[in-house]
Amino acid sequence: MLTDTTERGVSQNGLLDGLKEFLSNYVIVIPILLLIVVWTIVAPNFMTYSNWMNILRQVSMIAILASGAFFIMATGDFDLGLASVVGLTGCVFAKLMVNFGWSPVLAAVAAILLGVLTGVINGCMVTFFGIPAFIATLGMQYVARGLCYVVTNSYPITGLPESIGWIGRGYLGIGGKELVPWPVVFMAVIYVIVAFVAAKTKFGRYVYAVGGNSEAAYLSGINSKQIKRAVFTIGGLMAGLVGIILTSRVSSGQPIGGTGWEFKAVIAVVMGGVSLTGGKGKPIGVAMGAVFVGILENGMTLLNINSYLQQVVQGIVLVVAIGFDVYKTKRQAEAK
Amino acid sequence: MDNREVVLDIKNITKTFPGVKALTDVSFQVRKGSVHALVGENGAGKSTLIKVLTGVYKADGGSFDFKGQEAHVTTPLEAQKLGLSVVHQELKLSETLSVAENIFLGRPFMTKAHLIDWKKLRMEAKKLLDNLGIDLPVDREVSRLSVAQKQIVEICKALSFHAELIIMDEPSATLTDKELDSLFHIIDILKEQGVTVVYISHRMEEIFKIADMVTVLRDGCQIATLPVSQVDRNKLITMMVGRNLDEEYPKLEAEIGEVALEVKNLSTLKLLHDVNFTVRHGEIVGLAGLVGAGRTETARAIFGADKRTSGDIYIDGKKVDIHSVVDAIRHRIALVPEDRKEQGLILIHSIKHNTSIVDLNNVCSNGLLNYKKEKELAKKYIAMLGTATPSEEKEVRLLSGGNQQKVVLAKWLAVDSEILIFDEPTRGVDVGAKAEIYKLMCSLAQKGKAIIMISSDMPELIGICDRCYVMREGTISGELERAEFSQEAILEFAVS
Repeated sequence: MLTDTTERGVSQNGLLDGLKEFLSNYVIVIPILLLIVVWTIVAPNFMTYSNWMNILRQVSMIAILASGAFFIMATGDFDLGLASVVGLTGCVFAKLMVNFGWSPVLAAVAAILLGVLTGVINGCMVTFFGIPAFIATLGMQYVARGLCYVVTNSYPITGLPESIGWIGRGYLGIGGKELVPWPVVFMAVIYVIVAFVAAKTKFGRYVYAVGGNSEAAYLSGINSKQIKRAVFTIGGLMAGLVGIILTSRVSSGQPIGGTGWEFKAVIAVVMGGVSLTGGKGKPIGVAMGAVFVGILENGMTLLNINSYLQQVVQGIVLVVAIGFDVYKTKRQAEAK
Repeated sequence: MDNREVVLDIKNITKTFPGVKALTDVSFQVRKGSVHALVGENGAGKSTLIKVLTGVYKADGGSFDFKGQEAHVTTPLEAQKLGLSVVHQELKLSETLSVAENIFLGRPFMTKAHLIDWKKLRMEAKKLLDNLGIDLPVDREVSRLSVAQKQIVEICKALSFHAELIIMDEPSATLTDKELDSLFHIIDILKEQGVTVVYISHRMEEIFKIADMVTVLRDGCQIATLPVSQVDRNKLITMMVGRNLDEEYPKLEAEIGEVALEVKNLSTLKLLHDVNFTVRHGEIVGLAGLVGAGRTETARAIFGADKRTSGDIYIDGKKVDIHSVVDAIRHRIALVPEDRKEQGLILIHSIKHNTSIVDLNNVCSNGLLNYKKEKELAKKYIAMLGTATPSEEKEVRLLSGGNQQKVVLAKWLAVDSEILIFDEPTRGVDVGAKAEIYKLMCSLAQKGKAIIMISSDMPELIGICDRCYVMREGTISGELERAEFSQEAILEFAVS
C-alpha cells in the first residue's frame, strides 16, 4: 500500500525528477548556457562554426588531460604534476625524432610510456610510502618541468618531420572537405572510452568506491592501493598523449609546454561535478567542464581581454567552483 | 514531592523542518541538582531539543526559562555563558593541545603584559580536576587521553563556564563499565555541588542507576515526564517505541552443527596472543570483554585486515590461508564492522551500489556491469531484510542506523557469507531496530551460518548468544555456556 503510493508519486513527477536528477549530475550546463548567451551578445564572432571548431580544438587537450585527472580525483586524490608531464613528454617526443632520428611512431610510443612511468612513480609514492598526493605530485611537477629544460637545453626543439603535423593541426575530412580537427576526434574517442570504463566496468566502480570511502572499500575486499596506482598511471598516460598532440600542434618541443594546464584540468573536473573528496562525478560532466573553460577563455580573447586578466578570472572561477562543491557537500551532510 | 527549585523550564517548544515535525509542543521542568534522563529512539527529537536549548536551532514556537528567567540564546557560546553546557557524544576537543589549554580554549588567562599566563591556566585547570577528584596531568596532550578522560576534560570545560546545567549526550556509548562507574561518581559530585545533569542514553540500566527523573520523547512528542522510581524497564521501553516489544531479545533456537571456524594460537604484533576459539554452524558465539581487550583486533585478524604473526585458521575442518581481506571473502567470511559509517558503508553511494560492491561478478554479464541484475540484487535484499526505503537508489547516508546496518548485512549476504562477524552491531541503533537486528542474526543462524558477535552490551550477549568467550588483555580468558551466562560471570573473566 505504502510502496504503491510512492511509486505512483515518482511516475507523476517523472519529468521533473528526471530534470532535477540531470541537473544534480550536470549543474555545469547552467554556467555553460549562461556564458554562451553572454558571449553571443557581446562578442559578434563568437557564434560561428569556425570559432566553435577553434574552441573545441583548444579544449580538446585540456579535456583529455582532465579525463586523466578525473580518475585520480574520483578516488579523492589529485595530481599537480600532469601539466609538467605534458611538457616533458612533448619535449622528449621532439628530441627523439630531431636529435636521435627515431621514427615518429617509435618516438611517440616512447614518450607516452614515459608519461605512464611518471604516473606509476606517483602511484607508488602515494601507496607504498604513504606520501600525500599533494606533495608527491608537487615534487613530480618540479622534476618533470626541470627535465623539460634539461632535455631541451631550455630552447624549443624545432625541425620536426612534417608527417606528424596532422595530429595537432589536421582535420578529419570527408570528400575533401575539412570537418573536424583531429584533436577533437581524439577527445571524443577518449571520452567514449573513459565514460564506458567509469560506468560499465568493475574498475570504474572500484574507483568510485575508493573515493567514496577507502576504508569501507578495503574492508569489502577492494585493493584500494592498487586502484590508486592505476588511476595515477592513467593520469600519466593521458598526459603523454596530450604531450604528443601539443608538440605536433606547435611543431616544436616547447619546454614551457602545458604550463598552467593542471589548473585548467582541475577547473574542468570540479566544474564537471566531481566532488573534491571523490566518489562522485561523471566523465561527460568533466568534458563539459573543459568546454566551459574553453568557452570562457575564447570569449575573453575575442573581447581582447589580456591573458593576465584572464588568469585572474580563471583563478576566481576555480575558487567559486570549489566553494560551490564544498557548500553542496556541507548541505548534504546537514540534511541527514 | 520534589520541591527543589526548577532550573530549566521548557514551555511548549515546537520545531519543524521541511517535511518533518521534529518537536511538537514539548514541555517539562528540570529541577536543580537532579539527574534528568532524556530517552527516546533515534529520531525522537532529543538532539533537536538540545540544539534548541543551546541556540543552534531557533524554535518555531515556545520558549524556555533558565534559572527563572526566559532565556534567549542564539549560539552555543551564549548558552555556555549562561551556564548551560553540552558534553557531546563526539567530543569536540582540540587533539593537539593540552588538557589545560582545552579547558580554557579561547579564554586564556592573561598576564599584565598581555601574554598568556600559563601558571594560572595550569592552576585553574588543576583546581577543576581536583574538584571532581580526578588525577590527570594538565599538561598532557589530549590526543593521548582515553575517551573517558576526554569526557572529563569536556565536563571541566563546562564547569569552567560555571555551568549549572550540563547536558550529556550519550556519554556512555564508548565507555567501558569501569569508566562508566567513574563517570557516575563524577555525576554524583556534580549533583552535590548543585549542578544539574540532563542525561541522554540508550542504555536502560544506566537510567535506573543514576537518574531521578525521566522524560520520554517519541516522534517529537513528549510521552511522559516522571520520577524514575515510578517506571520499570519494560514500561519505559514501551513508552519509547510506542508498542509492546514482544521481547527485547527474540532468541530463536537453531540447530547447531559442525565446527565452521576454528582459530588456533592467533597472535598479532601489537596485542593478541594465543587466541583460541571455535564457532559452529548455526551458533551465535559472543565475544565479550572490556574495550581494548582485543575483540575487534581478533575480528580484523581473522578477516585478513590486520597482519598476524602466528596462528592458524580452519574452516570446516580444513586449514586455510588468509592473508588479506580478499582471501577472507573467498573463504566466505564477512565482517560487519564496528563503525558502519566509516568502515562499513560508502555513505554517498546508493543502497544498490553498496549491496553489490563485495563481488561485482554477481552483477556482471560478459565482464561488464549489468545494471538490471544489480537492481534486482539490491531489491531482493531490501525485501529479505525489510530495509525501510522508498527505492534502492537512495543514498545510504539518508537511512537510519538500523537500516544502514541492514545494507551492510545485505552486501555480505549477497556473496553468500557463511561466517559472519558482527562487531558491535547494535551500537547507536534504537531499541526497536535492535530487536530486528537480533532477529536477523538468529534467522541467519537457523540457516546454518556461523555467527560471532562482539558486544560491550552484556544483556544483549546474554540474551542472544549460545556460547560466549570473554577476552582480556589480548587473549581469551574464559568461555561460558548459555546456561552459565550472567553479567557477574562475564565480568569475572573480563577483569583481572
